Amino acid sequence: MQDDSKPLSPHLQVYRPQVTSVLSITHRLTGMILVLAAMLLTYWLTAAAYGPEAFSRAQVVLESWPGRLVLFGFTWSLFYHLLNGLRHLGWDMGWGFELVKLRITGAIVVASSVALTFLSWMWAYGHVDKL
Amino acid sequence: MAGTSRNKRQLRSNLSRVRGLGSTREGVHHWWAQRMSAVALLPLSMWFMYSLITLTGADYQSFHIWASEFGNSVFLVLFVVTLFHHAQLGVTVVVEDYVHSEPVKMAMILIVKYGTMLFAASSVFAVLKISLAG
Repeated sequence: MQDDSKPLSPHLQVYRPQVTSVLSITHRLTGMILVLAAMLLTYWLTAAAYGPEAFSRAQVVLESWPGRLVLFGFTWSLFYHLLNGLRHLGWDMGWGFELVKLRITGAIVVASSVALTFLSWMWAYGHVDKL
Repeated sequence: MAGTSRNKRQLRSNLSRVRGLGSTREGVHHWWAQRMSAVALLPLSMWFMYSLITLTGADYQSFHIWASEFGNSVFLVLFVVTLFHHAQLGVTVVVEDYVHSEPVKMAMILIVKYGTMLFAASSVFAVLKISLAG
């Protein structure tokens, strides 16, 4: 029988948050957010399959300010998860475990995910050539 | 021979025990599938993001033309199938890590597996309907 009073992994609360652990939990968090984004993609495709009225309704919702805010968050989540996923693939191949490398690649992931998010949105709305 | 009698009692050879690494015997497969779907999603999601950027503000007509193009339909199907497969693998790990009640964990894993299949099937069917309806 399982003793419920025992601490079970992951027993995170006892640790002081560090750059590495915060980036790690953010990877999971963005992964969960992207599941919602994927479900929204299904809604969008299904709406297009239903016809012009359903698709226009979906576009109105997505292009509203709350809609855009959600999509902006999804965009950042995707770039973060994608770039931090590259870090994971590096670790799988035994690269980048040194503390210095962890901090540098972590900083690159945070900075470039934010940059790519803004760049994508500026590109989408035709502001890239003005840079 | 102590080794032989132990094998007889356990009805499993040493080889089968060595091959079945981990308690569920699927750890390596799950790990590998998550990485392989991740690698596939790198180009697919970048293609998808580029497509979304070019489709910003598109009306039904232009979206329909874009989605019915052979290459775009194929990549859309590949993208949603790989995406929901990867999502299923990831959410399952999160459920396994944070849900400690066995029945609740089992139920949630089933919901995740069937739910992602439902969403993947709906997405694929939607793409086919768009591209085949003409």
